[in-house]
Amino acid sequence: MAVVAGWVRTSRKDDRLVVAAGGSWVVATTAALDGPLRAVDAADARTVVIDLAAIEMLDTAGAWLVVRTQRALQSVGRTVAVENLEPTFVPLLEQVVQNVVDGPPDMHPPPRRFGDFVARIGRVTVAQLTGGAALVGFIGLVFVTTLRTIRHPSRLRLTALFSHMEQAGVNSLPVVGLLSFLVGIVFAFQGADQLRRFGAEIYTVNLLGVSILRELGVLLTAIILAGRSGSAFTAQIGTMKVNEEVDAMQVLGLDPIEVLVLPRLFAMMLTLPLVAFFANVMGMLGGAIMAWISLDITIPGFLRQLRSALSGWTFWVGVLKAPTFAGIIALTGCYEGLRVSRSAESVGRLTTRSVVESIFLIILADAVFSIIFSYLKI
Amino acid sequence: MPSSPSSSATSRSEPGAARGAGPGTAPAIRLRGLETRFGRNVVFHDLDLDVRRGEVLGVVGGSGTGKSVLLRTIVGLNRPTAGRIEILGEDTARFGPAAWRRLDARFGVLFQDGALFSSLTVAQNIQVPLREHLDLPPDLLDGLAAMKIAIVGLPAEAARKYPAELSGGMRKRAGLARALALDPELLFLDEPTAGLDPISAAEFDRLIADLQRSLRLTVFMVTHDIDSLVTIADRIAVLVDKHIRVGTMSELLKDDNPWIHAYFHGPRGRAALAPKPEEA
Repeated sequence: MAVVAGWVRTSRKDDRLVVAAGGSWVVATTAALDGPLRAVDAADARTVVIDLAAIEMLDTAGAWLVVRTQRALQSVGRTVAVENLEPTFVPLLEQVVQNVVDGPPDMHPPPRRFGDFVARIGRVTVAQLTGGAALVGFIGLVFVTTLRTIRHPSRLRLTALFSHMEQAGVNSLPVVGLLSFLVGIVFAFQGADQLRRFGAEIYTVNLLGVSILRELGVLLTAIILAGRSGSAFTAQIGTMKVNEEVDAMQVLGLDPIEVLVLPRLFAMMLTLPLVAFFANVMGMLGGAIMAWISLDITIPGFLRQLRSALSGWTFWVGVLKAPTFAGIIALTGCYEGLRVSRSAESVGRLTTRSVVESIFLIILADAVFSIIFSYLKI
Repeated sequence: MPSSPSSSATSRSEPGAARGAGPGTAPAIRLRGLETRFGRNVVFHDLDLDVRRGEVLGVVGGSGTGKSVLLRTIVGLNRPTAGRIEILGEDTARFGPAAWRRLDARFGVLFQDGALFSSLTVAQNIQVPLREHLDLPPDLLDGLAAMKIAIVGLPAEAARKYPAELSGGMRKRAGLARALALDPELLFLDEPTAGLDPISAAEFDRLIADLQRSLRLTVFMVTHDIDSLVTIADRIAVLVDKHIRVGTMSELLKDDNPWIHAYFHGPRGRAALAPKPEEA
């Protein structure tokens, strides 16, 4: 839309200052009008007339400028009259006159200071501690509910359990399998490169076997499932919180822990070891293929070497960690989901949080396992 | 100074009054042969509608008849499957992003729950369109935002608050302030009184009527609320059977379409219509 420019002209008649306004006084022209209006100098005039006769277009922003100028001149003791406004614009000007806020508006949050930083440290610390206490409470609650479900197994929601097993387990097989396969290839390639210098290429198989079966297979699976299913748990439960579905459940006499948390927890604990096993197989497969291509170790040769490399515990060390990781993922996911408030924005925030927390806790738990296993010498 | 205005909902300036030196007398919105479908579900078909400049058009219809879809289609959030949309005399069919940007500055939309940006304060929300479309110095931005906050009847402290700290009614008022930030010619309201208690709803109706009169707005209002229709709508458009029927309240009261009859002659309709709308 072509906007006619707005203009301001001042003229003097004895001790009267006439401020003539014309053209478009609309939001698009306010920036241009602002300067001239501030520059209006009523130093030796007693009365000021704001003559609006030539105004062609006026909106609230333009009217606001008129009123602001009027008030500014009044505040320094001038008599100000606003005249000759076209009648169609009068209601608009009245509307603005009633709503102009005097003085500099105070509408910005105060700037940050060093004290705020200290206060923030304190706030975060308290929040972490209370959050930790709430988490312990949640784990206890889940534990008690689990015991009750064990006594009354019929209360376990089987449909939900199988559906979550499908989503977390079966549907994650392609991505977990592919990634493990690739990691197997990369490990075989890098390991072979280093070990060749000692003429010990055959030990690539040992490297693969130990690292994938003990650590990488299960860790990779847990991290992928934390990103895939842990986040889904938080988002699903969080959305239900936003829709007040969790409240509705409670009012209907359903226990949200029993209905929402236990199926996810059990599904995770049952499927993660299986998916981790699949990841182990795919990782070894990738390693075996790479060994065959770059080291000329045939598949039967690979298997023979692998058998000699592994102690009875190697495989179980990996698989034993799986249910723990599964518990971490499911509990963190559900806990953060239940912490969602009624705003949609908190769903996103807590989902991110749940993923970061579970990956952090998984790696922490893995370190603890390493220490325990090294004490046990397995 | 002009005398203070008498705020009565009925003595409104005549509909169709041209706004300032605004262009032409083309209707604010002109729809011709509009069709929208999602997959095989036809929401409306061959729909014609004119919204005159300066009027308040209330749009009603049963749940699922596509009132909100119509609003979203007109403002460009949905593409119609067929038909023509003219807003403020401009055909939007071949609009590129730049043309939409120009047009976006000329209408405002109040979404159902205000749709305020949750990471910004109310004042910052109101300043978003001003910053986006114009280059204004900070003190002008603040002054204009403070005025808009006062115009929609929010207390001055609301400026610093975040949307989550406001009640539903206040969020709608803040959303209205943002919709009015650029002084649009055309205002779209999606269920402005839904979720408000009757007192707040009546106040909001009065606010819209008051602003419509003083700012000479054209208002396209989707609503369920018969009281709103009675108080502020000049004409009413009813979405029935994928088409639209437009008329004044008294014309629609005589309409014998079963849905329209049930709507205006049902218990709620009768209750809203029974006492003649009084001067506020």
